[in-house]
Formats: sequence, C-alpha cells, structure tokens
Amino acid sequence: MVIVDNKSVYSGTSADFGEFSASIYKHFTISYPKFHKMDNLSKLAFLSVELLSGSKKSDHKYKGDEIGIILMNSSSSLDTDRHHQDTIIDRSNYFPSPSVFVYTLPNVAIGEISIRHKIFGEGNFFVMEKFNPQFIVSYIQQLFYNEIIKCCIAGWVEIDGNDYESVVFLIEKTDRTDKGIANFEPGTIQKIYNKMK
Amino acid sequence: MEQLIQKLKEEIIVALNLSEMKPENIDEKAPLFVDGLGLDSIDALELTVLLEKKYGLKINTAEEGKKVLYSVRSMAEFITVNNKS
Repeated sequence: MVIVDNKSVYSGTSADFGEFSASIYKHFTISYPKFHKMDNLSKLAFLSVELLSGSKKSDHKYKGDEIGIILMNSSSSLDTDRHHQDTIIDRSNYFPSPSVFVYTLPNVAIGEISIRHKIFGEGNFFVMEKFNPQFIVSYIQQLFYNEIIKCCIAGWVEIDGNDYESVVFLIEKTDRTDKGIANFEPGTIQKIYNKMK
Repeated sequence: MEQLIQKLKEEIIVALNLSEMKPENIDEKAPLFVDGLGLDSIDALELTVLLEKKYGLKINTAEEGKKVLYSVRSMAEFITVNNKS
C-alpha cells in the first residue's frame, strides 16, 4: 500500500516487490527509464521520494545544495549483496554482473535520488538495528543548526526480498509555528512511522 | 546475421533491464552509447560480460571494445567473425 500525507493513494495486488514497484511506476506515470536498472533498495527509495516530492515540490523551492537526504535501514544492501553473491558463488560459472555490483552499497540509493532531483546537499545512509527517530532528529537538527542544509528528505527504507517497508518524510527549517506544522521531534517522527506500519 | 541481430537485441534488453524497449525499437546500426540507446559505462561492462557468457568471446583492449560495442550490428559482426575463426 502507498500512503502519502495520511491518504492511501495506491494499493497494489502483488506481494512481489518487482511487480509491486513496477505497478507503482506505471500507476503514477513516472517516466525515468533508469528506474528499471536500479536494484530493489534504490527502487524503493526512489519511488518513496518520487511520491513525496510530487506532494511537496520541495525540489523547486530549494537549491540543490540546500537539500539533504538522510536514510536508514537495518539490512543495508544485503538484498543486492545476495544477488551479487549468486553470480560469483560458482567458480565454473563466474560472471559477476557489473550492474548488480554497483548497487552493493546502500548509499547508492541516495545517489539515484540525488541525480533525479539534482540534490547536492548532505547525503548519508545509516545502518541501524531499527528505526531510530532520536538519531534522525538530532542529526538533522545539527545540519540545520550549522546551516549546512535548509530542507531534508529522511526516513527508513528497508528491503530484504519481498519483505519491505519505507517511511520517508520531508523536514524543512522554519521559524513558523503555525498550526498544522508538526514539530520535528523524535516522538512526532515515531508516531508517523508507527502509523505507516 | 539478421537472426543473430534479433537474438542480440533480445539479449541486450534482458541484460540491461531495458524493459520499456522492444527489439524493433532498436536500430541495429545506431550507436549504443550516448546517442541511440544512451547506454553508460556500466552498460558497456555488462555487454562485455554478455559476449563472454553467451558467446565465449572476450574483448581484449579498450580500442577493440569501442569498435565492437559501437552498435548491435558491430557486435553481431564480431560474433560472426570470431565464431568462424
């Protein structure tokens, strides 16, 4: 299921990630041929940000170097690492795929998003046992405080086979205290994550 | 040769995950890189692996690679020539 701004915007019929991701790509008429070459982690991160940016249009509001991307998960790029291992495990049939190998790092997903949205700000992919709102909040607050970025795409993008989940949100540095603007606190972020689970 | 070109087009689509592409959309004489299919350096490596895995052929130098991987037709010619020898 795909939820954007608390609204369910798409429900796929397949539990298979390859089919589900392809159906999202088609449903939202995304046009980016390189998507099909990405590994599953990058596809999941890419689609999450694609739908997020569609709702917020933050990439038009900020310069590329004012936007950061901070993601985390617990499986790193293990899903693709296994795929790569399959191509090298048999010494008599040893044909490692370059296009698989290049995705054997989780931060490549950030690179794909950065290329798509022309984002040049801080980018980091952290591997942690579980979703850690305290860490995300303190890390991004430091980036804001030190005026490294003004806006940040952040969240949890986890995939291992057909077991996957992604919760991505946009944080903007603002002095406004209007109603409707959620405070960027660990409790708020945890609530968003729990709601999506 | 024409059968080999058709087969190569299908293999390239699978190897490079060009899922929005059909064999008939690929001009066998058009450059594979920059123009044409707009492939990149990782794709070049993937095509090199394809030639080795499917046809047992190796590209030995960067210069040879540029000529062989220029187009689908040049790849087919490379396979045909080397299979005869």
